[in-house]
Amino acid sequence: MAKSEVKVLGAWPSPFVMRPRIALNIKSVEYEFLQETLGSKSELLLKSNPVHKKIPVLIHGDKPVCESLIIVEYIDEAWSSAPSILPSHPYDRAIARFWAAYVDEKLFPSMKEIVSADGEETKKVAIQQVVDGLVLLEDAYTKCRKGGQFFGGEQIGYLDIAFGSYLGWLRVTEKFNQVKLLDEAKTPGLVKWAEAFCSHPAVKDVMPETDKLAEFAKVLAKARAAPPK
Amino acid sequence: MAEVVKLLKTWSSPFGLRIVWALKLKGIQYDSIDEDLSNKSPLLVQYNPVYKKIPVLVHNGKSISESLVIIEYIEDTWNHNPLMPQDPYHKATARFWVKFGDDKVLPSIWSAFLKQGKEQADAIDEAIENLKLLEEQLKGKKFFGGEKIGLTDLALGWLANLVPVFEEIVGMKIIDEERFPSLLAWMHEFAQVAIIKESWPPHDKLIIKFQALRDRHLAK
Repeated sequence: MAKSEVKVLGAWPSPFVMRPRIALNIKSVEYEFLQETLGSKSELLLKSNPVHKKIPVLIHGDKPVCESLIIVEYIDEAWSSAPSILPSHPYDRAIARFWAAYVDEKLFPSMKEIVSADGEETKKVAIQQVVDGLVLLEDAYTKCRKGGQFFGGEQIGYLDIAFGSYLGWLRVTEKFNQVKLLDEAKTPGLVKWAEAFCSHPAVKDVMPETDKLAEFAKVLAKARAAPPK
Repeated sequence: MAEVVKLLKTWSSPFGLRIVWALKLKGIQYDSIDEDLSNKSPLLVQYNPVYKKIPVLVHNGKSISESLVIIEYIEDTWNHNPLMPQDPYHKATARFWVKFGDDKVLPSIWSAFLKQGKEQADAIDEAIENLKLLEEQLKGKKFFGGEKIGLTDLALGWLANLVPVFEEIVGMKIIDEERFPSLLAWMHEFAQVAIIKESWPPHDKLIIKFQALRDRHLAK
């Protein structure tokens, strides 16, 4: 399929945008990456996602698909030849979806709480919450990997993508707060997994470098603190 | 081997009710275990250690939690009477509206129910904006799924069930005939579907329960 038949509307720093890009890479599908500018929304974005006006949006032919994990499932189904992104067994699929929902609904918000914490005590509590969540994920990883390197086993899959897309921001949070969230003592499996995930061919060109992301985080913080025009 | 399916739920939870509907639509036999959430059973804690919440589906000893994850599991495991379209794009669309319902519609209506004064007025405005999008989706269709009920109908079914209860308790009208003719028609059609009708929680009981919940919330 011609490259222009598949477009991803997004921005390089967004973990949510990474997800469809990794999925398309796994399927070896060429796509055009159309980047939005910080602070404004393109006509195409507003037209393709009128409900939320948010990135990522996948445009396949003329059909827009929205919501990052819904897009990943769509990619798996629309390009149904191997490799598969979702596991094949219904129970494994349920486990993958359960933990993907967990990272979005619990882990990521608790990561954001570290950033918005107003004082050392609040920050400590927020950090502990993230660490507790990661310990749960360490346990899930041990059960899901079935001897392989990834949550998906031998190959990266849905949960690797869902969780792994947060690694850039996790590392930025560690850097800014002088704390280790993923560590050898509590989450040894995940430490190895993170290395393997970030260096995977489908991921490495899409995962932003921590320093670049840290710089962007500062720009974003300034933009948000600035008085509205 | 005989399938053993158990569902941990409560009599009133809309999230549990979705699973009841999905199981019944597929004709799956199951044992119901109604939980008292003020006194959670060891079974619930064992089967859902992460959240300790209902619903939980237990299938041949393995537990699955989170209502939408459970419904997808049911769809994956029992292929007859599909709840979702086969086409990937239509499937993605169904999932989109399901997520919209849970992420946007539900919180706004819940806020409208629990709050007072300006906060409530704002919540009602937001709920109406969200519902307008659902109204648009329904135009010309009997159900969100088309001629038959599907995943989106099951996920949004709580609207038919609970909004009239909330409106009655608070003395407000959110889903009115003028703005939402299709949504009202859908609520009526949905409630008439046999398997939905037979599992409908009693209206009077719901009034008592949610009145008490609102009173407790406002007393804080």
